Amino acid sequence: MISSPHIGRVSVSSQFGRWTRIGGALLLLAGCSRSPDRPVQSGQHTASLPARVPATAALSDSADDGQWIMPARNYASTRYSSLSQITAQNVGQLKLAWTFSTGVTRGHEAAPLVVDNTMYIVTPFPNYLYALDLTQPGAPAKWTYKPSPALSAQGVACCDLVNRGAAYYDGKIYFNSLDATTHAVDAKTGKEVWSTRVGDINKGESTTMAPLVVKGKVLVGNSGGEFGVRGWLTALDAKTGKLAWRAYHTGPDKDVLIGSRFKPFYSHDKGKDLGVSTWPGDAWKIGGGGVWGWISYDPDLDLIYYGTANPGPWNADVRPGDNKWTAAMFARDPDDGQAVWSYQWSPHDLFDYDGINELVLLDLPIKGQMRKVLVRPERNGYIYVLDRTTGEVLSADPYGYITTTKGVDLKTGRPIEVPEKAPETGKVVREICPAAPGTKDWQPSSYSPRTRLLYIPHQNLCQDEEGVEANYISGTPYVAAIVKMYAGPGGNRGVVTAWNPVERKAVWQVKEKFPVWSGTVVTAGDIMFYGTMDGWFKALNARDGSELWKFKVGSGIVGQPIVYRGPDGKEYVAVLSGVGGWAGAVVAGGLDVRDSSAALGFVNAMKDLPQATTKGGMLYVFSLP
Amino acid sequence: MCSRFREGGAAAGQRGRSFAALRMTAGAVIVLVACQREERNFSGMPPSATSTMPAARESGLQPGPSVRSTSINGPYEQNAYGVAQGKTLYNAFNCSGCHFQGGGGIGPPLMDDEWVYGSRPENIFETIAEGRPNGMPSFGGKINPDQIWQIVAYVRSMSGLLRKDVATGRNDDMQVRSQEQAADKAKPVQSALPPSAERQ
Repeated sequence: MISSPHIGRVSVSSQFGRWTRIGGALLLLAGCSRSPDRPVQSGQHTASLPARVPATAALSDSADDGQWIMPARNYASTRYSSLSQITAQNVGQLKLAWTFSTGVTRGHEAAPLVVDNTMYIVTPFPNYLYALDLTQPGAPAKWTYKPSPALSAQGVACCDLVNRGAAYYDGKIYFNSLDATTHAVDAKTGKEVWSTRVGDINKGESTTMAPLVVKGKVLVGNSGGEFGVRGWLTALDAKTGKLAWRAYHTGPDKDVLIGSRFKPFYSHDKGKDLGVSTWPGDAWKIGGGGVWGWISYDPDLDLIYYGTANPGPWNADVRPGDNKWTAAMFARDPDDGQAVWSYQWSPHDLFDYDGINELVLLDLPIKGQMRKVLVRPERNGYIYVLDRTTGEVLSADPYGYITTTKGVDLKTGRPIEVPEKAPETGKVVREICPAAPGTKDWQPSSYSPRTRLLYIPHQNLCQDEEGVEANYISGTPYVAAIVKMYAGPGGNRGVVTAWNPVERKAVWQVKEKFPVWSGTVVTAGDIMFYGTMDGWFKALNARDGSELWKFKVGSGIVGQPIVYRGPDGKEYVAVLSGVGGWAGAVVAGGLDVRDSSAALGFVNAMKDLPQATTKGGMLYVFSLP
Repeated sequence: MCSRFREGGAAAGQRGRSFAALRMTAGAVIVLVACQREERNFSGMPPSATSTMPAARESGLQPGPSVRSTSINGPYEQNAYGVAQGKTLYNAFNCSGCHFQGGGGIGPPLMDDEWVYGSRPENIFETIAEGRPNGMPSFGGKINPDQIWQIVAYVRSMSGLLRKDVATGRNDDMQVRSQEQAADKAKPVQSALPPSAERQ
């Protein structure tokens, strides 16, 4: 009743049935009162929750300075701004304040930074870093830093030539260029402080993630799960750029930095050198498990949290075993990188379900007790709530249509697989849902402590897949699968879901024609912003999902919107437009839609995108008049 | 010539036996007809670190008196067997990992009419052997030149630049595009830069 118009079939519907029983009359009432095309209303519903605001003091923004100094705004990765000038009452008057052309045409996935009245933007390859002066009318550029990455790096970037942003720390801007190089640039002068090569493009390694700086360590990982890399997370000294530690995600424990402190929750994660023994032969050496998503940090527990990417190749026939520690996550000590616990989302991943999505650190009332948790909308289709001190899975609920698994066994922590959906060499398996990009890919969610909802931008895609013979040639793709994606049930390829992690249910959903490949941001004015791939930047009422305002930008949006306070004291909203990324490669790379397998099969699901948008990077900044 | 045709392969061997039987009755005429088949070259040259052909011109602009451009006909342009071999090699050497079945992804599409570094066989040979600056790896010394020429012929068949009866007509894997044999000839046009390399 409640679920079918919004999420889809079978598994989710049954889950909703259960939630309805749990949630009781209020949810039923809300579901019945809405009109068929409107999202489920949530207003009174959230009011029934315990009054306690579910975010620790240490992790919240007690004094919001209006800046945006790291990719997710804070270490807890909430992307919540406590600015409140823009409200449901006045957001309709939002006007374009100024724009800036980046001069680059690939997918703009980054979040701008705002520090000391300067905005910093890092572009896709060739990875220009711009500093814009917010104190001057029209925010002219103060300086541009051009890292001049190796052109050949373009040949080892799986999914467009994106960059997911920069981080500010102690007077410097840190970011990666595509050619596996990390740069530190003086925030005032634009002069390079140091530049460190962290990987080798001839091994298929590239760097696309936004670094996170924790306790003087710049944390970066490698991309290249489609090129047979051996994945790692590396800490560089923020002052010098020298290697502090590196943790691999395959291989012996000493390489993975698994030592005496390692206490995983589940028994199958315990044992010596599992990063070797869960692979055949030397396959772990080219087994993937990179890091190209998000890192969170809990200063109280002094632990960093991040996920690892898919194992390689996609064709799983050549890598029997759990393939640790790919498609997993780690809690580590930021000082020495030592692992404290790990959890594997998708043991022996069959579908390219990278485990790299955001980890939102919250304190939530679970079964009457406040727990330190991390909330994870995972690529495999489940929203996980884990105890972030122990790695125990407290809940895992579907937020999209899933055919590949039948839930997560909370006793073992493992997804319950559906054997007939396992791809094999020479066999075509159809209706694999979610498709390879998962129910949600890298595009980050936001969380509001006011509404206690997680705003998840995601997609609704399925795929057909055939495994083919795998040939490892270093520096070339190592995938060995032919894939063809298409829209999931309902036909809408994109969804924004507002999720209550305590009650474990979707409170409202908005469907979009194309995958929602942008991030979301939510404010204390209870406004949630996101962009669409056909170029609409939208403001929704964070409480009920109703659309309050939208603006058509030049190119589809795959970037991460931010909210900041300008030198004039006004609240501004900024977003990069510039379609691309894996979902938008058909436009950014000028691909041919007659080949359904193009761009790892994503092109088949995006054949109409070239009619809906054109490429080109542009920053848009909005404010009230 | 005739002996070369008969040098190997299961299918050829089978035919060889039936031809032997036929020859007893029909005589030399049949042998002569058999020798009209296209040539199959089963043993390629060994890999070499250097390209075995002169540099292919890619610019139509020639300062001073016009110099006749070096043009090399690909040896497999009219050879169905070579094109089929090229298709196998295209997948085996992971060309498909970047260009997929012609639609592109990491590398540009190969089934359309746009050519960044030239559409002639010698241009494509050089692209594969020497690599290109915007991400195309250099396979020279990794794939032997004879096999590169087979890949060249297959790549050209993707946009219908070969005769239809030479292009491949079947696919053993999941259908993701129409057969190369059905591709309409796409008149090659020059493209300035790969989209990836566009910049200020």
